[in-house]
Amino acid sequence: MNSLIRSTARCLRAGVAVYLPGRASGPVSLAAARYLCAAADIQKDLGEMVKKDKVVVFMKGTPAQPMCGFSNAVVQILRMHGVDDYAAYNVLEDQDLRQGVKVFSNWPTIPQVYFNGEFLGGCDILLQMHQNGDLVEELKKLGIKSALLDAEKESK
Amino acid sequence: MVVSAEHIKDKLTKELGATHVDVEDTSSNRCAASFKVLVVSPQFEGKQLLQRHRMVNTCLAEELKEIHAFEQKTLTPEQWEKQKSQ
Repeated sequence: MNSLIRSTARCLRAGVAVYLPGRASGPVSLAAARYLCAAADIQKDLGEMVKKDKVVVFMKGTPAQPMCGFSNAVVQILRMHGVDDYAAYNVLEDQDLRQGVKVFSNWPTIPQVYFNGEFLGGCDILLQMHQNGDLVEELKKLGIKSALLDAEKESK
Repeated sequence: MVVSAEHIKDKLTKELGATHVDVEDTSSNRCAASFKVLVVSPQFEGKQLLQRHRMVNTCLAEELKEIHAFEQKTLTPEQWEKQKSQ
């Protein structure tokens, strides 16, 4: 309910003309218009959300309290590399977001990781990149020095 | 449509020219349909991880609508042989 109200407010704020085909149609078309507005809005919001921060994660739960094994794995891997400062969006809190991000990324599952506005992959991909050293490289491209590099230096 | 491990295995073999497919039904660990797949196919040659995973996702687009959790590992025949010997 909350997300519906929020997205309707967003529509009105953005000045989007919510065209209602004839007032006489009644409450049914109003709900349809609101729904379309919310869906389109989420895609636009997502475009901004993934660019706002270097590392963006769409997950179930929060980094402090993940609600899914795969989401937790992503949090733990990032933590191992010393990446604790990232944008994390909890899809369990917002059904529009949960559905919208799958459409936006053209990816069927959560968690989803974005580096510099570009979709990286899910838990599997992050894990494989962590294991083969690619993750350290990707973080370097973002200007983030992986904590594992320091750990390596210390052990030598 | 009831998604079964057999069905997934057949589809991946047929559509991705896979030389080896392992499908593990991990649903017992979670509350809804979950699968873990290993796909070995020469079609993955020269493709980045994300591209390979998207190929699998496209192949199983219909099934994924019903599946709750999905893990995948994509290897080329060469990588598979290497992994087996380790």
